[in-house]
Amino acid sequence: MISAFVFKSLDRNVSLCIAILLAIACLVPALNLLVPADNLFHIPTYAMSLFGKYLTYALLALALDLVWGFCGILSLGHAAFFALGGYVMGMYLVRQIGARGVYGNPNLPDFMVFLNWKEMPWYWYGFDYFWFAAIMIFAVPGILAFVFGWLAFRSRVTGVYLSIITQAMTYALLLAFFRNEMGFGGNNGLTDFKDLLGFNIQSQGMRASLFAASAFALAVALLISSAIVRSKFGKVLVGLRDAESRTRFLGYRPENYKLVTFTISAMMAGVAGALYVPQVGIINPGEFAPANSIEVVIWTAVGGRGTLIGPIIGATLVNFGKSIFTAQFPEIWLFALGALFVATTLFLPKGIVGTIQQILKSRNDKNRAISFNRLPKAKNAEKNADIPAEPLAAE
Amino acid sequence: MSDIKPRSLLYLDNVSVSFDGFRALNALSFVIAPGELRAIIGPNGAGKTTMMDIITGKTRPDEGEVFFEDNIDLTTRDEADIAQLGIGRKFQKPTVFESHTVWDNLELALNRKRGTFATLFYNLSPEDSARIDEILETVRLTARKDELAANLSHGQKQWLEIGMLLAQEPKLLLVDEPVAGMTDAETSETAALLKEIAKTRAVIVVEHDMGFIRDLGVRVTCLAEGSVLAEGSLDFVSNDPRVIENYLGR
Repeated sequence: MISAFVFKSLDRNVSLCIAILLAIACLVPALNLLVPADNLFHIPTYAMSLFGKYLTYALLALALDLVWGFCGILSLGHAAFFALGGYVMGMYLVRQIGARGVYGNPNLPDFMVFLNWKEMPWYWYGFDYFWFAAIMIFAVPGILAFVFGWLAFRSRVTGVYLSIITQAMTYALLLAFFRNEMGFGGNNGLTDFKDLLGFNIQSQGMRASLFAASAFALAVALLISSAIVRSKFGKVLVGLRDAESRTRFLGYRPENYKLVTFTISAMMAGVAGALYVPQVGIINPGEFAPANSIEVVIWTAVGGRGTLIGPIIGATLVNFGKSIFTAQFPEIWLFALGALFVATTLFLPKGIVGTIQQILKSRNDKNRAISFNRLPKAKNAEKNADIPAEPLAAE
Repeated sequence: MSDIKPRSLLYLDNVSVSFDGFRALNALSFVIAPGELRAIIGPNGAGKTTMMDIITGKTRPDEGEVFFEDNIDLTTRDEADIAQLGIGRKFQKPTVFESHTVWDNLELALNRKRGTFATLFYNLSPEDSARIDEILETVRLTARKDELAANLSHGQKQWLEIGMLLAQEPKLLLVDEPVAGMTDAETSETAALLKEIAKTRAVIVVEHDMGFIRDLGVRVTCLAEGSVLAEGSLDFVSNDPRVIENYLGR
């Protein structure tokens, strides 16, 4: 049953994308570790780390695409799940510091010593163990998304109202995590990490492993998303995106479908955050900022929502642009981002990948129509090409 | 229980509902027998759509009873539950999944398990496939099965929606203005299709088009101001002075 489920998910574009990701996962670390630094093919460690970060962003954008592109839920708070996954990983990394902190306290993280706390809060228990943290990376964002979604979808909150409350959720978390009493390092967040699974987090080998892990996680998430989208479940999702009342009167419960998808998506975002934090070396409440979540929406829109591959390309391209822009002309980056979003909405409403798919499809239709040599059909194909306003189907 | 044939398929008694003080339904009562084909007419604002909303669980009545198959209380169920009990609904404006193909529209409508887990691991079986082909024949869309529903004409969308309702295998079909915007030829074909469908299940048709109702040749209920004005054959109802005053005469 499972194998049939996974097998069905492999259409050509997705399998190509997964193959590329797996190749990158092996090749880039190899070129970094094994090729000497003066060789043309050597990939410098900083570049690898930078692109490792983009891969985690791509995973976050993919997670958003699953709910926005296929379910019609425009979440303006998806970075919250990303940040929660990051905090979980941060807590584990903080516990790995042990007695090597500034205060040298073997039992308490530095910020707790600083706040004059005598013992660890209960919710820090267990984070000494990687397996516990690994479960929490899925559980914490997943449970939040489940509870939030259960309340929101059952009350039939949709559209812009839902977007606003997701935004409010991430803002509330931002304010909460800023407070020192929360016990997550307050304003400064968690940083000064030393080891991950016993290896030095700054070492080249660890950086290469984190890159490989990010690429691999993205490939797995793409496989799962594709399997979901191409199953009958995915067809129901697109159905309720386009005509929710019709799905309801056919006997489906849209709230359950949305809840499952939202929870899976939040878990993916959590994994992305957990892989992001060791690569950048810090997690602080700034990650909950509403602007972060809106940026994710822009990546997804630029790449093409509802295409799965689009958000991966969009996140990588936009962030690559951001890295260059903020280094060269830091003051105009936000204007450039805004302009990009406006331009995408006006000229590429389906994003990069969506537009390419549409061009290929209309060309196919025309070819087929010509080969059948039937005039009405050719007319029809042209007509189809002229109506791009509808959202793309699952493929 | 199952061997006792239900006396009524649908039973509405004294149903009232108000929106912001406007009484949309006013002590509405009627009964649909199993397998019956019934037409409902009435002027705009008579409560026809509200009545359908109540039967399908979209709106809750302020008072009154709604029972399906004698003892299932519909006022306590939600839309998905009622759909699974076997009540299908066709909207006035054709509502199909535009970004799915005709085939996928029917696959989604097919009467199979509706749970998230069941659909996630669903595999199209040969029987299901055959059933979809059969429905495609019935609604004359076989040639267009791989096209997006968005590309169908208005009349074809109406037919696809009727096909989706067939796939749902309901015991009772509610059809809201099925021939609005159709050509005369399409209208008479639709009448034939509905009569065919009504052989195996009960159908309630709401319609303004008197010619279409004459084509159907069935028992007619006339609603006005939220309650039943007259009931009987089309000739009987259309000769009722109150019906003429409230509806036909205008």
